[in-house]
Amino acid sequence: MSALAELMKRDIRIALRVGGGALIGVLFFLTVVVLMPFALGPDLALLARLGPAILWLGALLASLLTLDRLFLADHEDGSLDLIAMSRTPLELACAAKALAHWLAAGLPLIIATPVLGLLLNLDAPSTLAVALTLLAGTPALTFTGMIGAALAVTLHRGGLLLAVLVLPLSIPVLIFGVAASQAAISGPSSFGAPLTILCALSLVSFVIGPFAAAASLRHGLD
Amino acid sequence: MTLIDLANPTRFLSLTARLLPWLAGLTALLLLIGLYQSAVAPDDYQQGATVKIMFIHVPNAWLSMWVWGVMSLAALGTLVWRHPLADVAAKAAAPLGAAFTFLALVTGSLWGRPMWGTYWEWDARLTSVLILFLMYLGLIALWRAVEDPSRAARAAAVLTLVGAINLPIIKFSVDWWNTLHQPASVLRMGGPTLDRAFLIPLLVMALAFTLLFLTLHLAAMRNEILRRRVRSLQMMQAARRAA
Repeated sequence: MSALAELMKRDIRIALRVGGGALIGVLFFLTVVVLMPFALGPDLALLARLGPAILWLGALLASLLTLDRLFLADHEDGSLDLIAMSRTPLELACAAKALAHWLAAGLPLIIATPVLGLLLNLDAPSTLAVALTLLAGTPALTFTGMIGAALAVTLHRGGLLLAVLVLPLSIPVLIFGVAASQAAISGPSSFGAPLTILCALSLVSFVIGPFAAAASLRHGLD
Repeated sequence: MTLIDLANPTRFLSLTARLLPWLAGLTALLLLIGLYQSAVAPDDYQQGATVKIMFIHVPNAWLSMWVWGVMSLAALGTLVWRHPLADVAAKAAAPLGAAFTFLALVTGSLWGRPMWGTYWEWDARLTSVLILFLMYLGLIALWRAVEDPSRAARAAAVLTLVGAINLPIIKFSVDWWNTLHQPASVLRMGGPTLDRAFLIPLLVMALAFTLLFLTLHLAAMRNEILRRRVRSLQMMQAARRAA
């Protein structure tokens, strides 16, 4: 158990360092959100209507961007082989790494959401709703993305392929995340139902993701 | 000759060499019968003659999902039983499945224009089939990204099994969500609701398309086996030259 905790602490420490990837994700999130008004025009009403979708798209793309760091650095210096050969099951090690990645790269996105909501003319309750759905949905993005990261780890130029593989699996999370946000902001439709499904998606990916990722790593590393 | 003998690639090549002409002939015959029956089927009281797109659209759609099912079985064969030809089967099936999915989307879109007034609609059935198409393309990209075919096979097997979750979503999407696409009329509890005049040509076309897939699949598997042999020969020659 302490081996997993050490693995998580190590990963968080590496991710928070300069060039580690935690803040790069937030920067990319900021870039996407800032670019949207340039593309859509400064119409504040339009931006407010599209706000949840823009925030969710930005968060999804930012988490896609940082996903290949999950295994790549460890694969390149050989630590991944050591982790695979250790006594802790590879599934738990993958789960620990993904959890550390979410803490270091996903949580900053959620914390940045209120600031970015200001840029999109979202009022406080709406931004809070979006942040809540992101909190429920980004673990699903990280854990399903881990499957793609594990598949692409042995490819040298696997970054774009990783995005192509992970994207179809992330679409349901995006759909329910935006549905929940819209329901909280303006809807007669319920907020609880999509949010619960979002939590369910996160929990399911929390279970299936490590098994699929460990299987891919085992077959890819030998 | 037992089932295990089929696992031998050379046996497989000789067996399919004898089998394929007959399969191709049977496929052509069934396609002709099915097309004739589709042509003489009555017009629908509401849709007129455009209902006959169904005889091409529905078999393509069924096959797009069944092919992923076949690939999932092959993936299990690779990961669990390490069957020698399982990864050959999976690699050969992926482009075929992508083609069937693409044809289902295109024929459905052409049918949708006169029926619904739009070429495309973001409802549950169409969206989930589009996602299936994207997953096929991602799978083909993964096959081509790894140089060694047997290592690519294991990665692709994991992705195939993970993607199989989309199949029940597609099947039940018309039940779970309020969709523009019509609900299940053939494979449903309580039996088909389609009239026999339409059901028979549809089933004949479905059988013809399934045989078409089988023929093309076996031919593609033969090509893949030969391709790998060429690759091994090239590598042996390169090693000999370097030595």
